[in-house]
Amino acid sequence: MSVVGAGQLEQARVRAGAVAAPRKKPFPWQRAIVHALLIACIAVVTFPLYYALVISTQDIQEVVQRPPRLYPSSHLLENYAEAWRKAHMGRMLFNSFVMGVTVAVGKIVISMLSAFAVVYFDFRGRMLCFWMIFVTLMLPVPVRLMSTYEVVGTLGWINTYQGLTIPLMASATATFLFRQFYMTIPNELAEAAQLDGAGPMRFLFQFLLPLSWANIAALFVVLFIFGWNQYLWPILITNTEAMRTVVIGLEELIPRSGTELPTWNLIMAGAMMALLPPVAVIIFMQRWFVKGLVESEK
Amino acid sequence: MQRTLFRSRWLPYLLVFPQMAVTVLFFFWPALKSLQLSVYRVSPFGDSMSFVGFGNFAKLLGDPEYYRSVVNSFLFAGSVTALSVAGALVMAALATQKIRGLSAYRTLLLWPYGIAPAVAGIIFLFIFHPAYGVLPYFLSFITAYEFNWLLKGWVAMSLVVTATSWTHLGYNIAFYVAGLLAIPGAVLEAADVDGAGPLRRFTAIVFPLVSPITFYLVVVNMVFAFFESFGVIDVVTKGGPGDATTIMVYKIYKDGFIGLNLGSSGAQSVILMALVIGLTMLQFKYAEKKVTYR
Repeated sequence: MSVVGAGQLEQARVRAGAVAAPRKKPFPWQRAIVHALLIACIAVVTFPLYYALVISTQDIQEVVQRPPRLYPSSHLLENYAEAWRKAHMGRMLFNSFVMGVTVAVGKIVISMLSAFAVVYFDFRGRMLCFWMIFVTLMLPVPVRLMSTYEVVGTLGWINTYQGLTIPLMASATATFLFRQFYMTIPNELAEAAQLDGAGPMRFLFQFLLPLSWANIAALFVVLFIFGWNQYLWPILITNTEAMRTVVIGLEELIPRSGTELPTWNLIMAGAMMALLPPVAVIIFMQRWFVKGLVESEK
Repeated sequence: MQRTLFRSRWLPYLLVFPQMAVTVLFFFWPALKSLQLSVYRVSPFGDSMSFVGFGNFAKLLGDPEYYRSVVNSFLFAGSVTALSVAGALVMAALATQKIRGLSAYRTLLLWPYGIAPAVAGIIFLFIFHPAYGVLPYFLSFITAYEFNWLLKGWVAMSLVVTATSWTHLGYNIAFYVAGLLAIPGAVLEAADVDGAGPLRRFTAIVFPLVSPITFYLVVVNMVFAFFESFGVIDVVTKGGPGDATTIMVYKIYKDGFIGLNLGSSGAQSVILMALVIGLTMLQFKYAEKKVTYR
């Protein structure tokens, strides 16, 4: 009991950010310097986003004026509406959303099942499966670019959601994370389940799944961002406006011909809409995000 | 693996089937196909193939354009890694001091990871814009040098490096924060007692203690910069000006999809494959010491 209590206390302290514990407090002027430096770092890191936001609120005269106008103006709504209309944002955001969610859920389900098989069964080819999953880490899209495109084409999956999502669903990192997690679960749990007469699938859904939610949430956050931010894959697999995701479709707003002046305020409005969902996910689910990043590391 | 608790002749195969199907169909088969293509010359319409052995490789090795893409890749990946890993270490060190407001600070440092490199590229494209961007504007007060990425290769390279590093900073900060919090307070207190100042404490104790994380991050950032940076190049520079920002991944795409030179593109894929295998091995060989697998 006391052990659990101490563990919880420790966790609470980690969460409060007060770890490297019994060190004497730095002097006030030292703390002030740390605050100042951190604020400076944040200013540098945040400036590009701030600037994009500011530009997205200006009309085109304000965008091109010299010296640059570094504070917001009043055209936010009309710019976002115009960018929304011009680049078919609604459809693209929907596609990105489908891609992010489907890839994340697919990877999680597939990895959970195969990790379960590898940990809780002894079957011929188990090690082979394990190594095959491992080797996918060494085969990112660029090294099999043309041939993967060919396979998707043969299946008739160009310009389809299954083409956008299914080929990305193999996941070594997620499989390893689930495997590692299952290995930490005491044998007694499975024995108890068997005494209850539970078969393997009931064990998976009624015993393992409830214990896995923290891992699933953490993985979901990281994998959703991964799916949403894909660039090379959607550019290969889609060539119609209706199937484009927002990250590749933003280019729509940038004229490549010399005759048309780029409307940077609209481009920035589009960029803001493309980056807001994944950034919001990080900010609101930060704890899961950090857990997912750091723990799915092999 | 010490446990085997369930018995079934067919269930485990059913469970691994989806993962194996995706792996074989979209990873192994295409990778083998790339290997095969790399030793053939394919006509642009794909209707005829002739075996050329290592001809495609020999051609690449004699091609100065290919060398440039290799040099560009290492320059790009090296700069992104140096910038985002070093920057992250400094910021994480600050964000693990004993001060108020830490969690807010950390959130504000982490979020750029959510931005797709391609979207970051678009934002930096405007910041670097020769006519309207803030950066050339402020630089024009310091120097008469024309800071134009459309004309100067190194400016274009700086643009894509900065944009990519920006998006990757959060990832590295998350790892360093976790690592720094794991350093026992007693170790640092001992240094305090010995009269070591903050800077000395950092260089003599903290830096060596996080070196495994640094190593891991260097490898991961290299892999990321090599393989996931297609978007930023494609959106911002299209490999230009000239071929100043044509990295290996971009050249595979250009030669394969636009030039329809499947043989050469396949050979380049194989070389890249060797590279990623090397990097992954390096990463795992080292990680093995931290984590036990079986």
